[in-house]
Amino acid sequence: METTTTEMNSSLLSTQNKSSDLKGKLIVGATQLAVYTIIAVLFVILGIIIYEGREKFSWEFISSFPTNGMTEGGIFPALIGTFIMVIVMSLAAVPFGTITAIYLTEYASESSKFAAAVRFSVRTLAVVPSIIFGLFGLGFFIQFVGTGFDTAFNGGELRWGQPNILWASLTMSFLTLPVIIVSVEEALKTIPRELREASLALGATKWQTIKNVVLPGSVSGIMTGTILAVSRGAGEVAPILFTGAAYYLATLPGSLSDQFMNLGYHIYIMATQSSDVEKTMPIQFATTLVLLILTLSLNVIAVVIRSRIRRKAK
Amino acid sequence: MSSPISSKQNFTKESLEKQFRLSEFLAEKIISSVAFLSIAIIFLIFIFVFKESLPIFSLGKESAKVEMQQSVSASGDQPESYGGVETEDLQPESYGGVETEDLQPESYGGVETEDLQPETYGGVEKEDLQPESYGGVEKEDLQPESYGGVEKEDLQPETYGDVQAEPLVENNDSAEDTAKEKKSNSIWDTLLTPDWVPVSENPRFGLLSLLIGTLKVTIISMLIAGPIAILAALYTSCFASKRTKEIIKPIIEMLAAFPSVVIGFFALMVMATFFQDIFGYDSRLNAFVGGVAMALAAIPIIYTISEDALSSIPKTYTEASLALGANKWQTAFYVVLPAATPGIFAALLLGVGRVFGETMIALMATGNAALMSANPFESVRTFAATIGAEMAETVFGETHYSVLFFIGSLLFIFSFGLNALAEFYVKGKLIKKFQGK
Repeated sequence: METTTTEMNSSLLSTQNKSSDLKGKLIVGATQLAVYTIIAVLFVILGIIIYEGREKFSWEFISSFPTNGMTEGGIFPALIGTFIMVIVMSLAAVPFGTITAIYLTEYASESSKFAAAVRFSVRTLAVVPSIIFGLFGLGFFIQFVGTGFDTAFNGGELRWGQPNILWASLTMSFLTLPVIIVSVEEALKTIPRELREASLALGATKWQTIKNVVLPGSVSGIMTGTILAVSRGAGEVAPILFTGAAYYLATLPGSLSDQFMNLGYHIYIMATQSSDVEKTMPIQFATTLVLLILTLSLNVIAVVIRSRIRRKAK
Repeated sequence: MSSPISSKQNFTKESLEKQFRLSEFLAEKIISSVAFLSIAIIFLIFIFVFKESLPIFSLGKESAKVEMQQSVSASGDQPESYGGVETEDLQPESYGGVETEDLQPESYGGVETEDLQPETYGGVEKEDLQPESYGGVEKEDLQPESYGGVEKEDLQPETYGDVQAEPLVENNDSAEDTAKEKKSNSIWDTLLTPDWVPVSENPRFGLLSLLIGTLKVTIISMLIAGPIAILAALYTSCFASKRTKEIIKPIIEMLAAFPSVVIGFFALMVMATFFQDIFGYDSRLNAFVGGVAMALAAIPIIYTISEDALSSIPKTYTEASLALGANKWQTAFYVVLPAATPGIFAALLLGVGRVFGETMIALMATGNAALMSANPFESVRTFAATIGAEMAETVFGETHYSVLFFIGSLLFIFSFGLNALAEFYVKGKLIKKFQGK
């Protein structure tokens, strides 16, 4: 059957069958190889980190403070610091991102210059290197907002004008904003126009349509966006290098104006600036394992939620 | 739901007109003003990053004048502003500490021109430095970097903590440098040299070697990540069965959940040794290791976006092609792939943006030595890593601080331009496509 079709059509299938079959096999083979390479590398990394980290990995390791100049003990403060930062970050970024996405899909007209500018900004935010957010956090939040706030309300006493967990979280929320916007926007776009039109035709206003028809249909997108943002934020270190992460703290952060320890930052300093890199190797691998478990399990949760909602929608 | 409309109400001309509702009006206004914030953020980022780098522009013009007047105080000032930082520079958080405790009083408040100038630019003139240049193997003009030479001997074997090691190197340097100190004309002469020796008695802020390092790492990683990710995306969207697709896609996207610090750590601890055993090069941490590690960070981005682009091609395209008798692979290669080109291009650009500004992997896996060389197996220092490594040691208001912010502005402008390019390219392509149909 295929040969007859080939004879009938000229342009696309003018190539001879034999050579095109070989070419096809090569192409499919190459694509397959690429997939398996990625998956293999991923599991190798995972395997090595689990293998090296398993020795030290225990409940005690997770729930105790580092001791003896960070060459022994656990990572409890780093874990808690990361959690607090991620929560504050989500509180700032998720509503902001969702609303921006709603604007872009529901309110902005095709020809709107303003919407085009917003879109462009969001895409730019996505490609701005994470270290720039760190510089921005330092220049804007700490030097400008924080110091300004201190001068105005604290009588010049230094409280907000220095690196702390709030500025780090807000910096991180800027970084993760495009992640949320993009995935919410994508989800909003998948909602069929007919649904919106049906709602409008039944007499609902635009806002009612958004609230009752569009948003419920895009919960999966918001969820996915949030979880992706959280797992990105939990692992990102560059933006908090100089906006709040601390080398070592003996206590947990008590308020938003305290510095905090962070898992990713902890890995970085342990691997590069520890007094004894060789000796602390098991700790480093175990810390990496904890961070990986955290981010990967978040990802798995995201996937599960997404598929469950999709099944429901069907 | 099923009741006929006509039974409920009659439409008049007025009732069909759009009515003003306060809640609707407010909702729209609030939503669009929140959307406006993302534009504002871009401006804020640029303004506040650039603002901190402004001092270097004014410094450049006046430096010669001030230096003449204050040539004596030049040497006196330096220990003050540097000493505190250097002793503490093992602690990355020292930024906060330093600023609050001892440095603010002297560094803030428009004293820049007096205090900071003398230490800033001096003796980057080529004649002076050439004698100490090492080897001069490849390019005569570009070689005069004493830094590279020293770094190679002392640091290369285990360049874990460049932050720790640097002051040592620079102190060796500075003894020679002071003897040959000469004043250069402006900051631009300094920025366009290969020397990156920010912490010394005679600091030099040449960006060329950093640029070379960044480009090297970016090219290596994109050469690896680009083809692999796009091919994988093609397989997932065109060849894989629905079942396989549902397994493959989440797994590869899981790679995106690997934090860059984890990839950097893995590259530092495992990959570096592994590749050294295979290729047998000298420096354990180098551009190649960094590039491969960054490819791992870029692959999920490129994969996800190009897979989306490929999957969003309307089914009618594929069906039409298949109905015309094309194979699956012919459809994929000649119909789906070309149709998705703009999306794939955007994916690649996002990948470049990610790699170009990737900080943690560069900090941990590239060796952090500012060398001028085309060899992919030499250590490199990237722009982003420089900011990440050195910002903690600098003092608010000093030239080093401003130069780092200047590098930040450059990175920002680059990524902005990159994105603008992608935007216009993609849009142009789409318009063409629509006109063609």
